[in-house]
Amino acid sequence: MKNTFKQIFRTANFLIGFIIISIVLLFITIYPIFNPGNPLRMIGQDSFTPPGTYFSLYDSLDVSHVYTFRLEGADDNRIYAKLSDTDREHIKEWLLLFNDYDDIFEIRAEDIDLEDTEGLLGLWWEHFDPEVRFDNMTIAERRVFARLDVNMDRLFDFYDKEVWMYNPESGESEYLKSVGTLDYVNVSDVANVRILPLGTDNFGRDTLKQLVSAIGTSLMIGLIAGLIATGLGLLLGLIAGYIGGIVDDFIMFFTNLFTVIPGIVLLILISYSIGQEHRGATTVALVIGLTSWVWTTRAVRAQVMSLRNRDHVNLSKLSGHSMPKIVVKDILPYIASYVVMAFILQVSSGILAEAGLSMLGLGPATTESATLGLMMNWALRYNAHLSGAWWAYYPVILVIALISFALNMINTGLDRVFNPQLRG
Amino acid sequence: MKGYRKYFTKKIIWFFITLFAAVVLNFALPRLMPGDPVAMIVSRVAQGINDPAAIRQMFESYQERFGLDRPVIEQFFIYVGNLLQGDLGLSFSRYPRPVADIIGAALPWTIALQLPAILVGWLLGNVLGALAAYIRKGFDKTLMPIMLFMGGIPAFGMAVILLAVFGITLGWLPVAGGFEQGLIPHFSWRFIASIIRHYHLPFWSIVLISIGGQAIGMRSMSIYELNADYVKYSRFMGIKDRKIVGYVFRNAMLPQVTGLALSIGGMVGGALVAELIFSYPGLGTTILQAIREGDYPLISGTALVITIMVLLAVFILDVIYGFIDPRVKATQYD
Repeated sequence: MKNTFKQIFRTANFLIGFIIISIVLLFITIYPIFNPGNPLRMIGQDSFTPPGTYFSLYDSLDVSHVYTFRLEGADDNRIYAKLSDTDREHIKEWLLLFNDYDDIFEIRAEDIDLEDTEGLLGLWWEHFDPEVRFDNMTIAERRVFARLDVNMDRLFDFYDKEVWMYNPESGESEYLKSVGTLDYVNVSDVANVRILPLGTDNFGRDTLKQLVSAIGTSLMIGLIAGLIATGLGLLLGLIAGYIGGIVDDFIMFFTNLFTVIPGIVLLILISYSIGQEHRGATTVALVIGLTSWVWTTRAVRAQVMSLRNRDHVNLSKLSGHSMPKIVVKDILPYIASYVVMAFILQVSSGILAEAGLSMLGLGPATTESATLGLMMNWALRYNAHLSGAWWAYYPVILVIALISFALNMINTGLDRVFNPQLRG
Repeated sequence: MKGYRKYFTKKIIWFFITLFAAVVLNFALPRLMPGDPVAMIVSRVAQGINDPAAIRQMFESYQERFGLDRPVIEQFFIYVGNLLQGDLGLSFSRYPRPVADIIGAALPWTIALQLPAILVGWLLGNVLGALAAYIRKGFDKTLMPIMLFMGGIPAFGMAVILLAVFGITLGWLPVAGGFEQGLIPHFSWRFIASIIRHYHLPFWSIVLISIGGQAIGMRSMSIYELNADYVKYSRFMGIKDRKIVGYVFRNAMLPQVTGLALSIGGMVGGALVAELIFSYPGLGTTILQAIREGDYPLISGTALVITIMVLLAVFILDVIYGFIDPRVKATQYD
């Protein structure tokens, strides 16, 4: 036994899988300690806030210690930031129109680099002429460009900004302070700072926090589903394989039946029949477990049948041992390794099944915690993929794939130890 | 022909048994719901409808279909009778369109997408698996973890990744639908080109997810076969390596055909979920919409059609297996 464990831990595949799973487990236990609270609390008013560090603009004005820095390129950065993406698009649009209008001026769309602020501004100042009138251009459109030209001059206004506080009682504003271009505050001095490593989702909820709790819930669903499926499969496989005869025929009939009837169809029909109100995480796990026992049953039965007539089993029978004792002492130890591997695979497919169900809108109806499938469902339902909110779905896919990969690696590692033929 | 006839008769009988079981399940599951199933079914959809006459009509038509006041056996015969006439009831969400009509419009899309995709994925996976087993060394060491990782990505995950990368970031391919919006289906180059452009992403996402699992299975199978006595014996006899690989591949393929028959249900399930990521106008998207709108007749009808599709696929694979398995052939000469 001890030797087998040593061997298992020496297999590269097993180790990789084991380390990944350990890191994931460690992370989901430790993270909530540093960031406690309800993972489904909506903290943001906007949907899909990008990842980053957020600090209160209001509080940052109250920071008492203001430092002065003279940083290289600070002014350039300021101009870059002030020239918005839409302004850049407008500049490009005007230049291309001018290209068609003016015979001498020539520029191609691919030569205009939207990121190159200096180049853009240079082209603009060199060529922009408010008197130029393009064909088919409405007055409103022309005004957009005129306004853009005025705004462009403002890019270079680096005057101090004054902060005033409005007092609703007196109806007057009082002067507070003035902020210059060289003023800096330390983020740790700001009263309210929130780091959102993965931004927020469509409901304004902290994605990372939600992900951590979702991993826990999904793993639990996988574990419950795996336990039920493996337990049921083992029991039925043992009965069918050991007793044989009509019992075997009966069990195998149902096993073959549910092998060909697609599991997703059963999952959909049962989950829908249960109804949204009654579908908790545990119920979903139960349904998944009850629909995925067939593989274990088939395999366990096949193994038990080959063991049934081995000498040591016959010897036990002749010695008058009872059936349960024979099964536990002479058969189970031989199939234990297989059952463990089947269980690991069932956990992984249980997690995937939950995700698939949730994508169809039949996931667990839980208000306490998300699942990986529900997070995917929400992200896609609110078109995260169309609005470029990668943080709402890539991490979820990555986590599902990683967990599944790790469990598969553990499995192949075990397989190599128990099936020496596969060792390469 | 005795051996073949016996084999095929057995397979045909089995097909009808599974079909019967699928129908029974479809019949029984809504009736196992606690309370009055008709009231339950109608109430889930009725929340969004303001016209009481329409709700009443739905309720009555369903009460008649279910015939709950009659004995269960009679209810079952009414149900089967309706099915045999191709009558799956009327959709709630697109009332009064018949469910059979909606499914009929979606079915060709799903078949045209999934059948080639699953076959290509299966074939590619087997070739890669066999190569990994034969070449070993670096190829095996790099390919297998990749395959394992890809096998772990769920179908919808692969679909979202392809969509985000090729559809949005690179903008090479359209992200939704089966053809360009605003285009009316007709026979023209423009329409066919549009269909092909929309076909790529869903197709490749299904292919990519099917490769992983198949490759791993084929690799184990091939390694097992490569170590078999007949291979060693052939080597001693001086038979060319290429010929031996042919034998090994054929022997390792057989279980893979059975494997496909056994796993096709799961693959179809995954592909259905991938379909809905692209709003592909097939059964996956249909069932998603039906679930969202509480359209029970449509859910039940789609589920039944998916099951029948899978059962047919399994049956066809069984028939093919009968032709290629030498053991079935051998019984001819008994």
